[in-house]
Amino acid sequence: MSIRQGILALLTERPMHGYQLRQEFEARTGGTWPLNIGQAYTTLQRLQRDGLVEPVPDDDANAPERFRLTAAGAAEASAWWTRPVERTAPARDELAIKLALAVTVPGVDVVAVVQRQRTETLRALRDYTRLKRDAAPEGPELAWSLVLDSLIFAAEAEVRWLDHVESAVARAAVARATTRRPAAGAAQASGDPTAVGHGAAGTGEGGAR
Amino acid sequence: MLRLRRVTRVHGYGAAEVHALRGVDLDVAMGELVAVMGPSGSGKSTLLHLAGGLDTPTAGTVHVGRDDVGALDAKGRARLRRRHVGYVFQDLNLVPALTALENVMLPLELDGLSARRARSQATAALAEVGTDDLADRFPDDMSGGQAQRVAIARALVGPRRLVLADEPTGALDSVTGEAVMRVLRARVDAGAAGLLVTHDARHAAWADRIVFLRDGLVVDSTGADPGPDHLLSGAVRA
Ligand SMILES: Nc1ncnc2c1ncn2[C@@H]1O[C@H](COP(=O)(O)OP(=O)(O)OP(=O)(O)O)[C@@H](O)[C@H]1O
Ligand SMILES: [Mg+2]
Repeated sequence: MSIRQGILALLTERPMHGYQLRQEFEARTGGTWPLNIGQAYTTLQRLQRDGLVEPVPDDDANAPERFRLTAAGAAEASAWWTRPVERTAPARDELAIKLALAVTVPGVDVVAVVQRQRTETLRALRDYTRLKRDAAPEGPELAWSLVLDSLIFAAEAEVRWLDHVESAVARAAVARATTRRPAAGAAQASGDPTAVGHGAAGTGEGGAR
Repeated sequence: MLRLRRVTRVHGYGAAEVHALRGVDLDVAMGELVAVMGPSGSGKSTLLHLAGGLDTPTAGTVHVGRDDVGALDAKGRARLRRRHVGYVFQDLNLVPALTALENVMLPLELDGLSARRARSQATAALAEVGTDDLADRFPDDMSGGQAQRVAIARALVGPRRLVLADEPTGALDSVTGEAVMRVLRARVDAGAAGLLVTHDARHAAWADRIVFLRDGLVVDSTGADPGPDHLLSGAVRA
């Protein structure tokens, strides 16, 4: 993904060789997305092929080869800052797929699936928060701290979505329990995507009386 | 520090009976912060009231340190609460006739501290939550978030061994909320035991463990250990 763009961005600062690029990339993002040295060099080769970077001429022949931006590379690097990251079609998200199936496949205890996931996501959220507590929100740690924030907000969003799934499933179960009593409800219920829940359904009966 | 065993609490009688807690086990050690999450009505506040000796269990035992809360008489429970337990409750319980500073001094003075020492400790506690400039204001003249921070200062003032907080970040914006979590965390790291009820996952994440209640039962809990380190696939940071 953005390894290519990341390398171009780093090269706007100064010419670097592959190993330096790898180090800088990891340092700025707190090691969250490791870049192996092979990836760094393959990406540099592709960038060179596309005319975006070039070896620094007259460089010390015994040192590792350093690269700098061409004019086209510099233009591409600055264009990256001005254009938003594209929201492509949602990546295949195992959790979303799993829950979509959990609410449609008969006999799945959706509430239990949600609960187990929530615990796992909260544990991740807690672990990120621990790291974040130790990261100074200024100076050289700022970049790392912001990357952690991004992970924290994403995990929080996932927890909120799980809460939402749980209450939506519970509400749908209540609705089914109340519409089932009049015979007319039967035909309508067959197309109900939530027609699985046990678990949360127990609370529904009382309200119907 | 805090130990609940098979704790059950039934409110009301007969047809109106509500089983707020049904056999809950929970331990909170010194230096440990535990967050309690769960839907509305799941028994979180009931659990906190029991832990703080404001209420007694229908069955089961609650220990704070070596004290069996259920076995203490009303006077003993009052003493335990005053000396060792700090609270922030959903309804803040600030005394309207007292200024912020006087509210925070109150538990210290009740405990026999001189007015001078109570004043200096209370001033420090207000500063810790960034409300030192409100010392002379009355609760009715503060915003909800300000009153909340004063209530937190009162809960944390003095040498509390057990800190109980029910939605302490409720009325606060996210930066102030985080500051409050920092203060709570620091107090726990300094040796207190902490029990925090919150709906906010980001604040619960400051705890060492997160416990889930549903219908009066603990249904799940994160362990205290860190999860798999693939979370951060990158290099281990020094
Ligand atoms: N004094 C009381 N008398 C009767 N029922 C009560 C009393 N206190 C609590 N309950 C009931 O006990 C159950 C648990 O209440 P509790 O206040 O512990 O929930 P909670 O998890 O704190 O909810 P919330 O998130 O809304 O604050 C609820 O069904 C509530 O109605
Ligand atoms: Mg409550």
